[in-house]
Amino acid sequence: MKPRNLSIVLAAGLALAAAGCGSSDDGAAASKSAAPSANPNAPVSISVNCEPPKTNKVQRTTFEEDVAAFQKLYPNITVSKVTDAFPCYDPKTFEPKLASGDLETVFYVNFPNVGRLIESGQAADISSYVNELKTFPDYNSSLDLFKKDGKVYGLPTDGYGMGLVYNKDVFTKAGLDPNTPPKTWAEVQAAAKKIAALGPGYVGYGEYSGGNTGGWHFTASLYGRGGSVISDDGKKAAFNTPEGKAVLQNLQQMRWTDNSMGSQLYIEWPALMKAMAGGKMGMMLGAPDVLISLRNDFGGKFENYSVTAQPEAKALLNGGAGYMINPKATPDQIRAGLKWIEYEFLTPGKGQLDYVRAKGQDLTVGQPYPDLYGADTPSGKAVTDLRAANANIDAAQFAGWVEGSKGISPKPEPGPYAQEIYAILDTPMSAVLTRKDANVDQLLSDAEAKVNSMLASKS
Amino acid sequence: MTTASIPVTNRRRRQPSKLRRSVRRNLTAYGFLCGALICFAFFSWYPMVRQVILSFQKTNFVDAPEWVGLKNFRTVFSDPAFAPAWINTAMFTLLALLCGYVIPFITAIVLNELRHARAYLRFVVYLPVMLPPAVGVLLFQWFYNPDYGLFNQVLGFFHLPGLQWLNSSGTALISLVIVSTWMNMGSGTLIYLAALQTIPSELYEAAELDGAGLFKRIRHITIPQTKLILLVMLLLQIVATMQVFIEPYLLTGGGPENSTVTVVYLMYQYAFNFGSLNAGNALGLMLMLVLMVFSAIYLRVSRDNTV
Repeated sequence: MKPRNLSIVLAAGLALAAAGCGSSDDGAAASKSAAPSANPNAPVSISVNCEPPKTNKVQRTTFEEDVAAFQKLYPNITVSKVTDAFPCYDPKTFEPKLASGDLETVFYVNFPNVGRLIESGQAADISSYVNELKTFPDYNSSLDLFKKDGKVYGLPTDGYGMGLVYNKDVFTKAGLDPNTPPKTWAEVQAAAKKIAALGPGYVGYGEYSGGNTGGWHFTASLYGRGGSVISDDGKKAAFNTPEGKAVLQNLQQMRWTDNSMGSQLYIEWPALMKAMAGGKMGMMLGAPDVLISLRNDFGGKFENYSVTAQPEAKALLNGGAGYMINPKATPDQIRAGLKWIEYEFLTPGKGQLDYVRAKGQDLTVGQPYPDLYGADTPSGKAVTDLRAANANIDAAQFAGWVEGSKGISPKPEPGPYAQEIYAILDTPMSAVLTRKDANVDQLLSDAEAKVNSMLASKS
Repeated sequence: MTTASIPVTNRRRRQPSKLRRSVRRNLTAYGFLCGALICFAFFSWYPMVRQVILSFQKTNFVDAPEWVGLKNFRTVFSDPAFAPAWINTAMFTLLALLCGYVIPFITAIVLNELRHARAYLRFVVYLPVMLPPAVGVLLFQWFYNPDYGLFNQVLGFFHLPGLQWLNSSGTALISLVIVSTWMNMGSGTLIYLAALQTIPSELYEAAELDGAGLFKRIRHITIPQTKLILLVMLLLQIVATMQVFIEPYLLTGGGPENSTVTVVYLMYQYAFNFGSLNAGNALGLMLMLVLMVFSAIYLRVSRDNTV
């Protein structure tokens, strides 16, 4: 056969193979039209993810204990596969795993990605099953993020509002009282100036500016000031307002007039965390989980850190994570998967809410999250009581946040295109932190036009 | 004629035997070829075919994919980062060629002229290539720190003002070019050096006897003698540098103010952060078409010079 003919045959074969493989996507989701199975005790096999990594021995052991106990409690359910990839939700592998059928039955997702997965039909509709969960009626508003058009697509298992994380040790060195942290942005600015004056390497206030984290923190600051990123109908940008301008002007002033933010840019989530854990940064926007992460993941000296309420906050960006079910799961698998979520994450006294066990294993108990249930509900009360009875950390480290955040309403991420919006908002954030002469009005106006154009193209 | 007298049936019988002989003769060669063909088919050609298909579809990998025509391309075109991404990629390619093409060639000439410590210096030049790219990139993150980084300390030593490096939209892109040049110049230098060593020494000796200095020898002997390798390297470098990703991904996240967002970085954003694999593929297809032009020139150049 001539080489040319061989190449034609090969190309044709490849095209056919491609077409054949392409058709593997054609099968509609098993769960889409399926009604709940008649027999809830039918044998079923599921897979779960987010097992703590091997480096986190204690939590990994408790997780494995829970998997075994869960299967003992529900003999008809087999947990056939447990994966420990970290981070638990990795956008780089999510779609390939979904396409290849390798995505776990029950998968972890952080809040910024929830809306997108619902919008693109990549999570199962679990509305018909959630009423079988005992604690479901006790959920607080964090559940709203997992709802669309009256349907439920997942369950939050971790939730918290934004606050201001600060280093008490640095405060003391700067002559500030760590027990009376800043309550207004003017106080933040003044405190940051004093901290930066401690000398080289000290940063009063740290902030993100790239890799979509800049836009994320712009959103958190904007919500705090009472603003919104997009209009209520989700069709227009809504941040080119005095509140949006105040966010950028405040940063610009701290960076260039006060010189209290250092010159390092933080373009990904761990970068600012590392800087905070380093012990020379005074303050950053962050939720209470930041304290635990500084301790567990970044080697920070836990007792040096506290979290207080976000200054002058009118609303708090709702952070957290939850679990969704593979859209290709069968009704029996959905039911079994929800039972796993309920057992491991939602039942007071079990799994992550087993505070007696956590205390015995020297894990931190007493931090005011996950905040999943209404305060007056049976589940809410049970979690609060168990947490208080087994607390092994200084509650004062979180007291400012708990007291200061009371009554401030949580606000979800700006819709299914949050990441695209954050990418656009990185530009004004990086501009005010890298250019002294950055024109805030122009930056907001440009970003507004870009977001409007992006939203229009999506619709 | 003898052939005319052979019966038709005999001639027909001979045809398959000729083919069989030809197949038998080349069977081993096809056997060896199979491994490469299978690898290319699964890991290069199939993904390319899938990329083309996906860029015209909308799929969530759950429901049946939907053909959407040019919608993904329109989405990408209307992206505010689209134009900056192409401009930055073109600028990066141009700057990377100016630095990353010329510097290794000059380094190779210098190394070729050296009489002592040649092996040691060759090793030193090649050393950065042996570092994992992420390590090299993160090393430069420290060098570029405006407060305590090495580069500003060196500038300070010469009483020069420090630069913002990655923190300024004016210097961020060139900072990435410096990283890229440092990481990749070892390979280029070795290839040029190998080409230089194939030049007959008699040419240089004759030129020296005729009184030609260093620059005249380079101009009239070195460059003409290495013309082919210079051209091939130029084209390969264009194709490689236009796919720049790791430097902006690790060092700048595309910022500040989109000054380092590149085409492949934008593809990554679409595919993995924006959840739009289809739009990412559409952008990838555009880049592929551009790179195909350079690849075609490369193939033409190599063919013309080998036949």
